[in-house]
Amino acid sequence: MKQDISKLLQKKKKNIIEDWMNMQLADAGLREDLMSNDELREQSAELIDALLKAITEQNLDDFNSASFNTVYEILSGISISRARQGFSPRETGVFVFSLKDAILQTLIIELKNDQETLIEALVAMNKLLDNLGIVTFETFIKGREEVILRQTDEITEISTPVIRVWDGILALPIIGTLDSARTQVVMENLLQNVVDTGSTITILDISGVPTVDSLVAQHIIKTVAATRLMGAECIISGIRPEIAQTVVHLGIDLSNIVTKATLASALKYAFALLKLDVKRIQKEK
Amino acid sequence: MRIVLNKDSMNIEKEQDVVPFRNRVKEYAVKIGMSVVNQTKLITAASELARNMLKYAGGGITKIEVISEGRNSGIRLIFEDKGPGISDIALAMKDGFSTGKSLGIGLPGAKRLVNEFEIKSSVGEGTTVSIIKWKNG
Amino acid sequence: MDRIPILRMGNFLLVTIQIDLYDRLAINLETDLVNMVNKTQAKGVLIDISALSIVDSFMGRILGNIGNMARIMDAETVVVGMQPAVAITLVELGLELKGVHTALNVVKGMELLRNKIKDLDTGEEEEEEIATNEDSTE
Repeated sequence: MKQDISKLLQKKKKNIIEDWMNMQLADAGLREDLMSNDELREQSAELIDALLKAITEQNLDDFNSASFNTVYEILSGISISRARQGFSPRETGVFVFSLKDAILQTLIIELKNDQETLIEALVAMNKLLDNLGIVTFETFIKGREEVILRQTDEITEISTPVIRVWDGILALPIIGTLDSARTQVVMENLLQNVVDTGSTITILDISGVPTVDSLVAQHIIKTVAATRLMGAECIISGIRPEIAQTVVHLGIDLSNIVTKATLASALKYAFALLKLDVKRIQKEK
Repeated sequence: MRIVLNKDSMNIEKEQDVVPFRNRVKEYAVKIGMSVVNQTKLITAASELARNMLKYAGGGITKIEVISEGRNSGIRLIFEDKGPGISDIALAMKDGFSTGKSLGIGLPGAKRLVNEFEIKSSVGEGTTVSIIKWKNG
Repeated sequence: MDRIPILRMGNFLLVTIQIDLYDRLAINLETDLVNMVNKTQAKGVLIDISALSIVDSFMGRILGNIGNMARIMDAETVVVGMQPAVAITLVELGLELKGVHTALNVVKGMELLRNKIKDLDTGEEEEEEIATNEDSTE
């Protein structure tokens, strides 16, 4: 008589989870630093519960069936949280694939007298769990991508600090290349600060920009133009000799822009515009 | 894959229609959480194209669509007119070129403000311009 | 509402644009301002566009026209309070506001106008006061 695989698995749930836990705990890649054993047991139990509840004799070979949705959800949740916690793909993979080992082992023991059903069950369970593995990796990568996206946002945030160097003078050092997305962030940041502080002079320091090609120059010219439209002046400082060379060789016209070699000379120029005078104090004796 | 989430349409027949149209575009841009700068770029482009339509074709129909592609969402605007059409699109897209007495930055300027720009025109039948501004981009 | 109010302050004319203008209104403003410059012999025109959420090429042209027309009538024009997003968009659009000066806000715009007129009239330089901002950024 053919046995009902789903019922068999239900009955052997305790065995499966024990086997699974043992395998996970025995694995060299176990990350006790990231997750306690109790937590791991809880996660494992939750997944097995959902999985065994979802499996019926009918849907065993149809893993797109809607009854597996809860399993996928739980698995996705686990996978994404692992990606965020810093688990490696291997460590996350082991979680699912050791479950496969545990289930197959149980089936082999339980069905050793019924070869035909065993083979059928093995094939079906293999397929199902491989699919779970794929879902795990998909969501794991998605989780990682989210981390990367968040970091990208953070980098853009921190890479455009606007410094108030004097009353009415703002400085913005640019480190790294200027592409159009970055230019927009720089412009927005700079202009918003101009409005907020009522500063009439801004200094854009490009000593940290590795190369200035015609595209980067375009972006710089745009930033200057936008600042002027607002009614403030924009000085470009940090023109290194290499930059001066490429600018001239490429035939880029910067003649409408005030450029200075160093931030110091830009500041001096800004002081002159604001009719400020910096003096060394003469001590009288 | 691009999915159209929402469709709206407005007629532009007189210059008084331009400002309400801009406001409508702005509503949708705000709804999908577009940044102020991108909103401003989109609305300015919309204004340029709506004016162009009025000036050269005496008006037309605009469609406003909220679209999404993967994680990104955006606004697509379509401007359809039954005007005289443009005989040389490449020339019309050139900065500073104008057959009317405008500055001649309407079409090329609008193109620079958005992420995607498509223009189709046949002489005697009309012109269709379609633009997309992504929320992040 | 089919007219934008123009205020007279001494030698200057002051216009605050509070709503997005449709074309007729903008063209009216251009005509009204030029007439007012003539009538009042104003030396400066200050246009506050801080409430404008967009400036397209049409509006840009009107502003430029006002500046150029005022100039040949011997008055300087300053546009103040442009929003950052508007400035960025104008640059991308390829529009320069030729013929007008720009300033951050009304106070700085007034200062700019006074200096321009002083330079033209007397040529003598007075010690200029630096506007200090006490409010902090954060």
